Amino acid sequence: SYFLSFSFQQRIEIHKLRQGDNLILGFSIGGGIDQDPTQNPFSEDKTDKGIYVTRVTQGGPAEVAGLQIGDKIMQVNGWDMTMVTHDQARKRLTKRNEEVVRLLVTRQSLQKAVQQSMMS
Amino acid sequence: KIESLKVTVDFLKVPLGLQKPPLKEALAAIPGKSKPLVLERHKRSDTMDNESQYSGYSYKSGHSRSSRKHRERRDRHRSKSRDGNRGDKSVTIQAPGEPLLDNESTRGDERDDNWGETTTVVTGTSEHSISHDDLTRITKDMEDSAHLDCSRHLGVALGVALALLAFLTPLAFLLLPQLLWREELEPCGTPCEGLFISVAFKLLILLLGSWALFFRRPKAFFPRVFVFRALLMVLVFLLVVSYWLFYGVRILDSRDRNYRGVVQFAVSLVDALLFVHYLAVVLLELRQLQPQFTLKAVRSADGASRFYNVGHLSIQRAAVWILENYYHDFPVYNPALLNLPKSILSKKMSGFKVYSLGEENSTNNSTGQPRAVIAAAARRRDNGHNDFYYEEAEHERRVRKRRARLVVAVEEAFTHIKRLQEEEQKNPREIMDPREAAQAIFASMARAMQKYLRTTKQQPYHTMESILQHLEFCITHDMTPKAFLERYLTAGPTIQYHKERWLAKQWTLVSEEPVTNGLKDGVVFVLKRQDFSLVVSTKKIPFFKLSEEFVDPKSHKFIMRLQSETSV
Repeated sequence: SYFLSFSFQQRIEIHKLRQGDNLILGFSIGGGIDQDPTQNPFSEDKTDKGIYVTRVTQGGPAEVAGLQIGDKIMQVNGWDMTMVTHDQARKRLTKRNEEVVRLLVTRQSLQKAVQQSMMS
Repeated sequence: KIESLKVTVDFLKVPLGLQKPPLKEALAAIPGKSKPLVLERHKRSDTMDNESQYSGYSYKSGHSRSSRKHRERRDRHRSKSRDGNRGDKSVTIQAPGEPLLDNESTRGDERDDNWGETTTVVTGTSEHSISHDDLTRITKDMEDSAHLDCSRHLGVALGVALALLAFLTPLAFLLLPQLLWREELEPCGTPCEGLFISVAFKLLILLLGSWALFFRRPKAFFPRVFVFRALLMVLVFLLVVSYWLFYGVRILDSRDRNYRGVVQFAVSLVDALLFVHYLAVVLLELRQLQPQFTLKAVRSADGASRFYNVGHLSIQRAAVWILENYYHDFPVYNPALLNLPKSILSKKMSGFKVYSLGEENSTNNSTGQPRAVIAAAARRRDNGHNDFYYEEAEHERRVRKRRARLVVAVEEAFTHIKRLQEEEQKNPREIMDPREAAQAIFASMARAMQKYLRTTKQQPYHTMESILQHLEFCITHDMTPKAFLERYLTAGPTIQYHKERWLAKQWTLVSEEPVTNGLKDGVVFVLKRQDFSLVVSTKKIPFFKLSEEFVDPKSHKFIMRLQSETSV
């Protein structure tokens, strides 16, 4: 017997926008292992301490790339984001020498859609 | 003024398994009407407004340690004199002849309700006249209470006799050798004098202790024996008798010459009596102090309920305890407030009857049709609650309106009065005493007060005279209008109202178990009156397992709950 595993994950590539001296991505993050997971409105499991997208600025690079509010960021450029502090997550996203970040995100709507199609 | 409440418990059924009553039952069996009445009534004043002071105990001597214990003998007398043909065991708690007893049923229509709208002059005679049915009630109560007095007085006399015997015995022990064979006695110096002093003081202490413990006006007359009191009385009797026996044989017969031994013998008796007194304190007073049971008392008429904690008591004592608390805890029984307004009830009651004309063979239909009818009637009855709701809302609005008017009227009335300061000089004609001041301002609030009382159906409870008296009382003590109104805005406890009207002392104790049994978990007894009853049920207070947990004050540490949001 062999194993079938579905990954409900989506890869998103964001090109940073230069604004003055900064490179911005155009979204906000919340969460982290040093934060309080029960306050997270986007997570299904209230003990989940991962990094979530809490806001996406209109017309910013993140929105253009297809990032949505409520997405959970699993990886950034290969770096794992499921067990990092809030500040470590921010640092990994805002490295000054990177112009493109490739995110691996999980979305609840995606999960539910696949589950429903599996059940029917 | 604080009025004391006294309740007597009269018992109506022959007890099972008690001792046979002595010969004196014949005395009690004859209800002497006139004589006990004289004994009872000699302290009553002519207005019949005062409480009947039960004076039977006021001339008792102080060392009547067994004044209550003897009552069991009296009760045994009474048992045979009563008719014992009751189904369940019920005993009556009865007042020693209260004139306007059992007046708790409203007779509001007879009273003059229109005092608010007529003249403000108070006529002094109207409140003291007694109507005809009051008189018949008085005579009936006198007959009922006549039975008790003979046996009660007999019991008191017996108790006094026993107490005197116990008290004088040591003195007799000391004096008899001196009187009978003085010449032969050995002289006894300082030790004897010391013993004399100790006897004197111990007897004095015994006297004071007995006065404190037993010389109290009884608050209730109980139907059955107090087991502990009977026990103590028997103990004292046996003690004294055995001491006399020993004394008679060892000392009197043989003419013992050692006077010191005799004095020591007497001292040992006094010590034993003191210990019996200690036992009495523990059994009668201390044992019931620690709460063991929770009693729930529910009034059957309107569901008012209270919870009380009591210790180990017998059922009859628990009943009296409940009654004492009933009079100051439960809101007064107002039968006018019990019924739903007639407009709603009449709709609920009118269902229609179904008559089946024709053949009887359709058995199926005959069951189905009434069911449909009943369902239709039930549906119509369900809509009755709508009317009730709106009626209640309307009534509440009316009450609030009247209450607002009353409060404003009273506040305004109180502004017309001011206490006279000493340095002010006023015309003597203008100075009023509290009664006149009350009458002066009563007119302005009378109408609002009367309307409010009528809306809340309290008007039988407050006569114009009582309101004036209360107003005078409040003015004398510088009370604010709100304090004056406190009595009228909420229905107070029964003891607040004028005593002769609302404090009926005739209660019947109905119990499935003998009333001298102690309280146990699940015991239920009922205290009945004519219009309602108090159903009392017992629950044992649970056994608490208390465990200890030590918390180091240094262990109280806290961290922040972080919820940061960073924009990247």
